[in-house]
Amino acid sequence: MSGLPAKQGLYDPRNEHDSCGVGFVANIKGEKSHGIITQGLQILLSLDHRGAVGADPLVGDGAGCLIQIPDALLRDWAKGAGVTLPQPGHYAVAMCFLPTEAKARDITVKQFERFIKNEGQILIGWRDVPTDPTGLGKIVLEQMPLIRQAIIAHGPQVKDQDTFERKLLAIRKQTQNPLVALAKKHKLPGIAKFYIPSFSTRTVVYKGLLLAPDVGRFYLDLQNPLTKSAIALVHQRFSTNTFPSWRLAHPYRFIAHNGEINTHRGNVNWMNARRRTMESDLLGPDLDKMWPLIPHGQSDTASLDNALELLMAGGYPLAHAVMMLIPEAWAGNKHMDASRRAFYEYHAALLEPWDGPASIAFTDGRQIGATLDRNGLRPARFIVTDDDLVIMASEAGVLPIPDEKIVRKWRLQPGKMLLIDLEEGRIIEDEEIKRTLSDAKPYDEWLKKTQFKLEELDLPDEQAVAANDAAALLDRQQAFGYTQEDIQFFLEPMSEQGDDPVGSMGTDTPLAVLSNKSRLLYNYFKQNFAQVTNPPIDSIREELVMSLVSMIGPRPNLYGRRAGVHKRLEVSQPVLTNADLEKIRGIETVLDGAFRTTTIDITWDASEGAAGLERAVERVCSDATNAVLLDANILILSDRAVSPDRIAIPALLATAAVHHHLVRLGLRMQTGLVLETGEAREVHHFCALAGYGAEAINPYLAFETLEQIRVQSGLSLKPHDVQKNYIKAINKGLLKVMAKMGISTYHSYCGAQIFDAVGLSSSFVEKYFTGTATMIEGIGIKEIAEECVRRHRDAYGDNPIYRNMLDVGGDYAYRLRGEDHAWTPESVSALQHAVRGNLPDEYRQFATSVNDQSERLLTLRGLMQFKFAEKPIPLADVEPAADIVKRFATGAMSFGSISREAHTMLAVAMNRIGGRSNTGEGGEESDRYVPLANGDSMRSRIKQVASGRFGVTTEYLVNADDLQIKMAQGAKPGEGGQLPGYKVDKNIARVRHATPGVGLISPPPHHDIYSIEDLAQLIRDLKCANSQARISVKLVSEVGVGTVAAGVAKCRADHVTISGFEGGTGASPLTSLTHAGSPWEIGLAETQQTLVLNGLRGRIAVQVDGGIRTGRDVAIGALLGADEFGFSTAPLIASGCIMMRKCHLNTCPVGIATQDPVLRQRFTGQPEHVINYFFFVAEELREIMAKLGVRTLKEMIGRVDKLDMVRALSHWKAKGVDLSRLLHMVEPKPGVAIHHCEAQNHNLHTQLDHDLIKAATPAIESGQPVRLERRIRNVDRTVGAMLSGEVARRHGHAGLPEDTIVVRFEGTAGQSFGAFLARGVSLELTGDSNDYVGKGLSGGRVVVRQPKPTKREPTENIIVGNTVLYGAIAGEAYFEGVAGERFAVRNSGAVAVVEGTGDHGCEYMTGGVVAVLGLTGRNFAAGMSGGIAYVYDVDSKFESRCNQAMVRLEKVDLAQPDDDSGAPRQRSLSVSDSGMGDPLGFDAQRLRILVERHLLHTGSARARYLLENWDASLPRFVKVMPTDYAKALAELNREKKSGARAVAAE
Amino acid sequence: MADPSGFLKVERREREYDKREARVQSYREFTRPLPYTEVTRQASRCMDCGIPFCHTGCPVNNLIPDWNNLVYREQWRTALETLHSTNNFPEFTGRICPAPCEASCTLNIDDNPVTIKTIECQIVDRGWEEGWIQPQLPAQASGKNIAVVGSGPAGLACAQQLARAGHGVTVFEKHDRIGGLLRYGIPDFKMEKHIIDRRMRQMEAEGVTFRTGVEVGAGVPVAMLLQDYDALVMSGGAELPRDLDVESRALSGIHFAMDFLIQQNKRVAGDPEERAAPAGTISAKGKHVIVIGGGDTGSDCIGTANRHGAASITQLEILPKPPEKENKALTWPDWPLKLRTSSSQEEGSERDWSVLTRRAIGANGKIEALECVRVEWVKGADGRQQMREIPDSAFQLKTDLVLLAMGFLGPHLGGLVEQSAVALDSRGNVKASVADYKTSVQKIFACGDMRRGQSLVVWAIREGRQCARAVDAFLMGASELPR
Repeated sequence: MSGLPAKQGLYDPRNEHDSCGVGFVANIKGEKSHGIITQGLQILLSLDHRGAVGADPLVGDGAGCLIQIPDALLRDWAKGAGVTLPQPGHYAVAMCFLPTEAKARDITVKQFERFIKNEGQILIGWRDVPTDPTGLGKIVLEQMPLIRQAIIAHGPQVKDQDTFERKLLAIRKQTQNPLVALAKKHKLPGIAKFYIPSFSTRTVVYKGLLLAPDVGRFYLDLQNPLTKSAIALVHQRFSTNTFPSWRLAHPYRFIAHNGEINTHRGNVNWMNARRRTMESDLLGPDLDKMWPLIPHGQSDTASLDNALELLMAGGYPLAHAVMMLIPEAWAGNKHMDASRRAFYEYHAALLEPWDGPASIAFTDGRQIGATLDRNGLRPARFIVTDDDLVIMASEAGVLPIPDEKIVRKWRLQPGKMLLIDLEEGRIIEDEEIKRTLSDAKPYDEWLKKTQFKLEELDLPDEQAVAANDAAALLDRQQAFGYTQEDIQFFLEPMSEQGDDPVGSMGTDTPLAVLSNKSRLLYNYFKQNFAQVTNPPIDSIREELVMSLVSMIGPRPNLYGRRAGVHKRLEVSQPVLTNADLEKIRGIETVLDGAFRTTTIDITWDASEGAAGLERAVERVCSDATNAVLLDANILILSDRAVSPDRIAIPALLATAAVHHHLVRLGLRMQTGLVLETGEAREVHHFCALAGYGAEAINPYLAFETLEQIRVQSGLSLKPHDVQKNYIKAINKGLLKVMAKMGISTYHSYCGAQIFDAVGLSSSFVEKYFTGTATMIEGIGIKEIAEECVRRHRDAYGDNPIYRNMLDVGGDYAYRLRGEDHAWTPESVSALQHAVRGNLPDEYRQFATSVNDQSERLLTLRGLMQFKFAEKPIPLADVEPAADIVKRFATGAMSFGSISREAHTMLAVAMNRIGGRSNTGEGGEESDRYVPLANGDSMRSRIKQVASGRFGVTTEYLVNADDLQIKMAQGAKPGEGGQLPGYKVDKNIARVRHATPGVGLISPPPHHDIYSIEDLAQLIRDLKCANSQARISVKLVSEVGVGTVAAGVAKCRADHVTISGFEGGTGASPLTSLTHAGSPWEIGLAETQQTLVLNGLRGRIAVQVDGGIRTGRDVAIGALLGADEFGFSTAPLIASGCIMMRKCHLNTCPVGIATQDPVLRQRFTGQPEHVINYFFFVAEELREIMAKLGVRTLKEMIGRVDKLDMVRALSHWKAKGVDLSRLLHMVEPKPGVAIHHCEAQNHNLHTQLDHDLIKAATPAIESGQPVRLERRIRNVDRTVGAMLSGEVARRHGHAGLPEDTIVVRFEGTAGQSFGAFLARGVSLELTGDSNDYVGKGLSGGRVVVRQPKPTKREPTENIIVGNTVLYGAIAGEAYFEGVAGERFAVRNSGAVAVVEGTGDHGCEYMTGGVVAVLGLTGRNFAAGMSGGIAYVYDVDSKFESRCNQAMVRLEKVDLAQPDDDSGAPRQRSLSVSDSGMGDPLGFDAQRLRILVERHLLHTGSARARYLLENWDASLPRFVKVMPTDYAKALAELNREKKSGARAVAAE
Repeated sequence: MADPSGFLKVERREREYDKREARVQSYREFTRPLPYTEVTRQASRCMDCGIPFCHTGCPVNNLIPDWNNLVYREQWRTALETLHSTNNFPEFTGRICPAPCEASCTLNIDDNPVTIKTIECQIVDRGWEEGWIQPQLPAQASGKNIAVVGSGPAGLACAQQLARAGHGVTVFEKHDRIGGLLRYGIPDFKMEKHIIDRRMRQMEAEGVTFRTGVEVGAGVPVAMLLQDYDALVMSGGAELPRDLDVESRALSGIHFAMDFLIQQNKRVAGDPEERAAPAGTISAKGKHVIVIGGGDTGSDCIGTANRHGAASITQLEILPKPPEKENKALTWPDWPLKLRTSSSQEEGSERDWSVLTRRAIGANGKIEALECVRVEWVKGADGRQQMREIPDSAFQLKTDLVLLAMGFLGPHLGGLVEQSAVALDSRGNVKASVADYKTSVQKIFACGDMRRGQSLVVWAIREGRQCARAVDAFLMGASELPR
């Protein structure tokens, strides 16, 4: 990847991400004009804010434009050059980025020309592309290639244009593929820089490392009126780095992409695994010249582009190919017609989906279109004009088109496609394209003939009899490393409840490689998860996009030769019962022998000892190869043979080894890989096995154990139920882990290797887990073998502890003979005694027990030592502790997860010492904003904004010094927080704007951050609401986090937190607690290295947290690059926490993690305790500083050179650990800081609000009503937030009286219109708006109405974008038109009326009222636990679109009770009372009021119609009522009544 | 976990004692077990802490939450197995351990710990009742032989562990019965002695040979054992009592507590008086008894004296009266210093603190009174507490029997210790580290009070177990015995 720095330290260029804004303009009739290009460039300008600039404001991330070949322009050139240009379509243009270095250039050009000739084509000539580099930054110019176009005519053999295109592909692949090798051979790195942005007879790409406005200026062709095109596809890139790269700009040859492909690694592997199974009549022998089809080390978009072009070269039409790569969610979609589902199902066997957020605009020059991923995670809006233009872009309003010319305003919907056929001159609707393609072949019939579902196969299932011999079972359990905790914490609860079990607090056990125990290989793999650059998916609430269907067995030829005859075997989920497995084993006898199964033994002879493993793996691989060559097409790897004489190969090793071996041989597609193992039992095991290629897994020993549990504990369940529950739990867990990474299907997760290795040697990983990242080296096959041998010995040896009992485990709770922990009885009590009695000796004892890891290794930093100065400085010269503690913060623990006593105490303590406490995601009671009489303050300086947005009011935002966006949490990255109903008491409910007793769940993603530029937007939103606060982004350590942090810096965050996986939590699935995320040392070091490399370090403060306990930890954190330090568990322990690990049960016996009033009284923590703790830490740190010879912390930050690693030579596993990449010091370029010392430029001066605030001053200061009118454009973002911030500062959450400030706008509003609007502020927009309207609405009113008159039917046209009213707390919103996806998601109190919504409407709503006067999308009310919604059921099919897991659908209640105390009012009463009355009744009155208000504010025709036909309309409304909410309300009403009676009785 | 909110629903309930009047009439145990249903209820109070402080509060690291959970689920037999996996003799500790585990119980932060000791005792008692406790025979014999000298809890635990590892073990005991302090130090009303006997039978079945009445270092020379055995474990206890170094100490009627207790234990065991008290009967009947020393032995003297029918009993302690309630914030989960009243003290005795005995006063060679003085404790220059007499505070106490229960200084230095020539530590105990329990002499190991000084039975068991592991590792190169 030219332009990116080489791999160094922890930095690896393959972790780079990008995302962006995309758009196109096309003339439907295919009429070419220069105007289209001008308009395309204009779109680019309007999307400028979706891109980013790096450390140097003149260096953007790249932008570009794809157009049709400008024939007139080229003819003009040909004339001048004296060459003859064939007719259009008969020549091709290769846009070339050539090396600037002449020697390298000569070689590459020769190479290129040679292949043109070899392939029988004719080079007409080279054309210099005229450019104007004026105004480009220095770095941009340094990297600028020589840009030339090669014009090529086809040779005599070529019959048609498509054949010509295929030849061009062959030429390009052959030229490009060997470049890296060539560069090495000639020792001319420049050679690898040769790059062909486009090579086609139809299109040409103009792109580069340019800022949006530069594209047109730089490429003179684009200004030339001779340049004409019917399409212009543009793209503005936002990347996570600042390394200049010309080639990484979009568009690629066929696509421009906004989003990220999460399964990229696996997709590329699978494509290359097809080497032996791909055949094409069209490509013929040319196919062989193209390997590797998709080179490793490219960006995801480049790979996707490659895949698309391959499919097209193989004969698939453009739209067809796109549908194969990015299928919509078809499995279990009851709304999809059968033939389309058959189409998708058929193709699922051919190609695994490229999964992840994607808005793809694509074109081959004849058609142009766009599609959205199945989740609809990127925005894409389009309009159609009455003069045949289609304009599609990430945002609405990118071109100034007069409203009256617009005949349609719509958006791309999840999984849907927009296609314009320029030759046919029309838009082909999604429905039509897909129907045409689905009907083109008898997919349905093919499936009927060839598809077999294992569940439905009628084979004699010789149920393998479960062994009843408990002793033998125990031996085998031990052989596979079972512990008592596996039973107690996993299998038992799973078998009873069918859920992935939950635990609390963090993990404080050593990494597997540091542990003295023998750990399963799974423990060396940490799950990856999505943060910032792509979102996790909500596998529970948005289940409809998820699928666990797995395909077992050989895959058909991708190019579909002999289509419809290839038999395929499916399972609905990958966990096989014993009976299922036996079916597979015996499958040859049915299905005409289409499948032949071979079982391969994966155990080895115990007498060979540890040395036998490597040979055994080799033997297994060669057995696998032979089996496949002998036509077995399902391999079962089995460790059933385990016995006193046979040791099992770790199942993960066997799976990955065979998978990669077959991939390398190109045989993988010819066989299925199934596992029969006694080893797999917890969710993580299944994930890892799947991630490395297992298509299905039979955990036979888990089943036997379940049966044992069932019998022993006398469960009333049947054996079958226990297995079903267990499989259900594993399935749920699998979905969650996949979703965490943003992957929706098992099919694409399988083989995707979404893991980092921690503690494995790179040679081992490269051999068996090819492509997996490993950062600190560690053990290899020898030690892994030793671990197996130890387990085996424990199982079959004489060890008395294991005679009758499993090993205790001790991973999830401290246990004698169990795993080591940092928090032990001794360390907890020493710390508590120290802080309570202010006893330095006790603290020292505590610190020593944690720091001194000579006896027991716990952490990576235990393997580091300081390089002390030869002459220490006197302690007195070191910066005082009182200054140091100002850099300390307590972690995000929500009010709700912990008690008010604990929460306020931490705040008081931190405020006293000038540190910071963090609200966590649960809001804060506003009484805490006022200082106490004694000068103390209970106000948390850090206010967290997490995905649930609980209690995030404008008042909350303005009362913060730091606003922290929680992207991920160490204990459970990729998942949302959860607060069980029994912890939601009245107080908590009030602060969180929720209902007492109803549990609260935060969505896994922030629904306004699906991508890096979205984060930039949220940062801007928050900065607008409170410009004085630092904006912080909390990330969790994983490989690549440094790159994300660089992106965060470019998003203009002031602060970034890197959390280690050890971080605590109130409740998290155990799977996440232990297996997701990596140690902070790795993430922090990578962050520091990457930020310094990028020259961005100075402008962002870096905080580290997640397991910081002592002064030594702080010292190491500082040296690795942290400016600030977060502590959670330690100060909690100082406050009395005893690591009960029962936070999720509300039974905390020391009154911390509980809301039980009785238990809360037991809280004994005092601010002094916490203060003592922090001062002890600071003093310990000062002693280290003195020895290091540094006076201030600032001097220490980033000085990795003062750290050394200690080789743990005496430790059988840790001796292989190598921290040199971690301790790599990036030499900063001159003038580049290595610690935080500059301010971010937030660019807020352009904000429209400055003007509004000025004009509204009389209103803000003295409540005088103010009326304003303004025009607005899509580049005016977050309008109203700054103004509302001012209101909230003065008037708190109560705000001003309604309509004190009314601003009327006209135009298209940018994103986040009306965000955080305070009460008293009303924004009325005539026109339309983009995403996030009314985000965090805090009492104000937003109105968006159609321009009048309008030709468009409002209920069929979009007016506001996606994720409208996200996290709204109070206020009102009226939209005269349709809203995008996730309307009113996490609304907790706002009242809204809209005339139609996209998918997932009212998701996660906990309060407020929503009325939808038109169609809704699918999955309405998913996770809705409060508030009510009314839907005008236009087609009587609403029921099928509503997710009724948590709500019930009711008829609208027409009754008018006598007691009207709960009756709704026409006006809202206050910010906390919208006047909507008692949600349990008064439906007719309430609806009438809503529709009347809607008419009043928007003049809606639909509203008028409904009111005019009220009696007939009313019954067509459906009321959506959350069941728990109804119960809780009824309970509250009862209480109120009995309270009233009691008062009356007195 | 038993029941997440069990501790909020169920009150702590302990085993009850017989009424005072009844129990002083008898030397039988007076602690009455709880009904099993109540035991399971009590077990439900255990919170299964993320960090079970009881694990380390308990010297043998009993897996308390685990067996609490099992008892709650009525899986008594598995509970017994779990209990035995860390403790060879839960029936001893379940009766006479002061239960530091309960002090460290998380619920003790609020003074309501789980009734761990009761549950422990009832698990093992039930095990005996049900016949679940059977000899555990080793898979194979190692061919090694080990001599264990001293049959107190340390020696017994060590012997049992070693036998189970397949070694031949011979236990040498100088007294006529096995058990050491368990047998002769602890009165029957605290623990009836058939409890030791049935354990002994189990051990014999497991291959342990007991040789009583053999004093190593006297009748049997150490050298001979070293010749005959592959290893020697010294677990002879810390028997040397602290003496009262005052004027007229020689008066008759002043006895070491142990002399008093041993003869009573023998009497209860059915020995005729001449065998029980060859040096003469010490009786408290009708006497004014003074017990010097406020520890457990002192209490045993009180209980025994009451059963003899003493006229009055006064117990003197040199240290100040401890606080009624400890400072939880600074002590939990450690064993707190606080005022405790033993069942024996409850049965009738006066207690006085900060009292130093200055001299014995007597006539005709017989004790008649003690002259005492009040002391105060102040922090000295070295930061340690130092004792100071309070001027003019002397007083006299009338007495005709003085029992000295002022603790033990260490092992007797003659005989075994002398012959083996092992090095001693600064406190006069046999020197060996807890890492390997090796003494300075090859093949000789030491554990229990002999190594660590006077301590609890539960510590003795721990040391015995760990020492066994060390011996096993020494003999075999590695050991699979649990620590």
